[in-house]
Amino acid sequence: MLQLRELSRVNLEACVHCGFCLEVCPTYRELGIEDDSARGRIHLIRNLAAGVVEPTPKVLEHLDLCLDCRACESSCPSGVKYGVIIEDARGRLEKGRRRSFWDVRVRNFFMKGVFPRPARLRSLARGLRWVQRLKLDRAAVKLRLVSRRTAALADAARVPGRFGSDVLPEFVPARGLRRYKVAFVQGCVSDVMFGPTNIATVRVLAANGCDVSIPAGQTCCGGLAFHCGDLEQARRQARQNIDEFLRADAEYIIINAAGCGATLKEYGDLLAEDPSYAGKAREFAAKVRDVSEFLAAIEPAPPTVPVPLKVAYQDACHLAHGQGIRLQPRKVLSLIPGLQLVNLAESDTCCGSAGVYNIVQPEMADALLRKKMSHIAASGAQVVAVANAGCMMQLRLGVRQYGPEVEVVHIVDLLDRAYAAEPGDGREQHG
Amino acid sequence: MDDKQLAKELRAIVGQRFVLTDPSELRPYECDGNTIFKKLPRAVVLPGNTEEVARVVRLLARNGIPFIPRGAGTGLSSGVVPTDGEVMIGLARMTRLLEVDLRNHRAVVEAGHTNLKLTQVVQDKGFYYAPDPSSQPACTIGGNVAENAGGAHCLKYGVTTNHVLGVALVTWDGEILHLGGKALDSPGYDLVGLMVGSEGTMGIVTEVTVRLLRKPQGFKTVMALFDSVSQASDAVSGVIAAGMIPGALEIMDKNAIIAVERGPFRVGYPEGQEAVLLIDVDGLGVGLNSQAEAILEICRQAGCTEVRIARTPEERGRWWANRKCAFGAAGKLAPNYAVQDGVIPRSKLTEVLAQVYAIGRKYDLTIANVFHAGDGNLHPLICYDEKVPGIVEKVLKAGSEILAACVRAGGTISGEHGIGIEKMADMNEVFTPDDLAAQKAVHDVLDPHDLCNPGKIFPAAAAEAMAGS
Repeated sequence: MLQLRELSRVNLEACVHCGFCLEVCPTYRELGIEDDSARGRIHLIRNLAAGVVEPTPKVLEHLDLCLDCRACESSCPSGVKYGVIIEDARGRLEKGRRRSFWDVRVRNFFMKGVFPRPARLRSLARGLRWVQRLKLDRAAVKLRLVSRRTAALADAARVPGRFGSDVLPEFVPARGLRRYKVAFVQGCVSDVMFGPTNIATVRVLAANGCDVSIPAGQTCCGGLAFHCGDLEQARRQARQNIDEFLRADAEYIIINAAGCGATLKEYGDLLAEDPSYAGKAREFAAKVRDVSEFLAAIEPAPPTVPVPLKVAYQDACHLAHGQGIRLQPRKVLSLIPGLQLVNLAESDTCCGSAGVYNIVQPEMADALLRKKMSHIAASGAQVVAVANAGCMMQLRLGVRQYGPEVEVVHIVDLLDRAYAAEPGDGREQHG
Repeated sequence: MDDKQLAKELRAIVGQRFVLTDPSELRPYECDGNTIFKKLPRAVVLPGNTEEVARVVRLLARNGIPFIPRGAGTGLSSGVVPTDGEVMIGLARMTRLLEVDLRNHRAVVEAGHTNLKLTQVVQDKGFYYAPDPSSQPACTIGGNVAENAGGAHCLKYGVTTNHVLGVALVTWDGEILHLGGKALDSPGYDLVGLMVGSEGTMGIVTEVTVRLLRKPQGFKTVMALFDSVSQASDAVSGVIAAGMIPGALEIMDKNAIIAVERGPFRVGYPEGQEAVLLIDVDGLGVGLNSQAEAILEICRQAGCTEVRIARTPEERGRWWANRKCAFGAAGKLAPNYAVQDGVIPRSKLTEVLAQVYAIGRKYDLTIANVFHAGDGNLHPLICYDEKVPGIVEKVLKAGSEILAACVRAGGTISGEHGIGIEKMADMNEVFTPDDLAAQKAVHDVLDPHDLCNPGKIFPAAAAEAMAGS
């Protein structure tokens, strides 16, 4: 019998089975199977907890297929926090699960050995960079050592020349009048894969009068471990981040990745039962702001350089559904002169990235990505702006696999361009 | 035919993935939006098109296996709950929009197409699909046909049957029939009319030809707050008496307001508010203002404490989103709810509601009321916690008493949710045995061996189904 935590039980009880979540669930829309909908999974979990349903391989398959995109939460009249339920259930089911030897090794290696250890992650990324530079990845495809999809994925994830942490110091002062004191979360994968975006983010913050500190001892937010059900690992990482960031004594803690932001805002829940950290976790969580959320709230400095492009905004699930942030990114984009924001159908439907989902559930991830790319093509956009590292990688993969030839960038990359060539801006060019 | 062989043959028709047989995996198909009656189907099969439905039905009919069609499972009368070993035929994969003919105001959809999506597809061109059950973001048009679904705006525009012109029907033995068509009134018997509301007991509707309407030129939405439901009901009568036919006339009572205000789609109604009345008037832009003004005056005369017109389309949208999620927000009151669907003459609203509240007190059950006041269609949400021993029996008794009160007031037991399993016994309140026998005779022509969604509607089967649940 599945034993769930109190918070999950409360949320399960609030579900009255109305079905409003069905049609917004990407996997249900794709398959039409009730078990692959939010309501169906809630029903399975409820019955697992009641001991009526057994965790058969079929049942686990349906639970595994959930993207954890939380679109269902946005549609729920009773405000059920589905993410809490599915993550708890997955975590507990994981313990009784027989996974293959390699599956366990690979998971442990990344979850415990790489993501929480920035130095190791950087070494690994450097290795990947060399593989890509020497075109060994392409050779591997030719020799059929890896699948074409794996290679395309690696290709979409080209490691930039510099990591964010190679360039960013621990402190970047505000340009002009100091208005805010913020701390920046550089993330684990974001640091190595999206260094230029991180650098742009810090530049944009400084341009808006922020003193930016970038604590050196920070680590991965713990979201990946959390979503895979390893709550203990997630808590260890949360404690480390809380210590590091509270020491920086900032008014706001800024993040440019939606997934990590959602996790950081949940630290209060994550550590609610840890007496020595519960209060600090709540304090930390209350300071967390997505970069677009922060900028939209502060009356940002008006950008002056036109960016005459047709831009579609793809909502990140963990921003729109996880944090209820929909208008702010659009508001920030609309500040940019010359930029035309075009409508993207189903912009708040998951692109299939979903953490490591596109690696562990390639078939469904590809189906969702194909649909997403056809909507992007229909939108007529030249650029797709995103608010999360995972979406960026997935959509770049989409461009390679299915087209159209659009540029995929983070919102702040565009904003940075619009600030960039301002007269008298004597700053160095990064990335 | 044993289960293994059956699964194998079903898979040969629809593919491996779309046949479910593992009992754990069948669990989510044990009920619809009504969670009182539950039973596992023998298997679930999800065909991809009409031809596949016909092949599945032929296989089942050949082997004497009964079957149940299911859309999104948002129904509220347990119309898709198995009684004994039925195979469930899910239509949720059949979501294609087959044709849109805007010049003639027609569309053809597969049965699994969701209601709201149809409006979303044509709204840029100035059209919409009128029937708007509150579950419209999720419910399917096939399901709407089965239940003859209504909705808030059916006061002016009519229920599903007024908007369905033709259907493709897979008969009990797997033949594909096309009934009706694009013409407003096809010659011969109105067999389409017979199908609408037949709850899947006469075959499976797989494609539907519907009317699309032009979006009205303008809207005015009035929201009025009252200190009592009876004052709000007086305002409703006043509006109708003044000769107006609003698009919708909707009331929520205190408990319903508490539920929606605790949920994420809150409007900000004052705490402890006894009643809110929402009125939509629509049509040509000219004259809307004077109608809205007249309504404001009627509400004031009825004693409202506050009344105003939505200032923006967003505000109107918020008011309606709040109203339409009232059932789903019942989770903010209790873990479970059962909703009744009684219809009464509009003039009896106050009197019957008083009885509803009395029944709630008698059984010590919280009842939240949200209703289509213009149609006299009540929706008392009886809130409970299924973990409390013996409570379900109380809920069922209270529900039946409420329906009996509706019938005594000159009304009937269902407006738009259908009979299903839930209200079978209550059919005896409104029909004599002869009436029922006549209806059953019609049914038997189309389903002679009781293979199409058996154990629904007709009360003879009620006792058995209740015992088996």
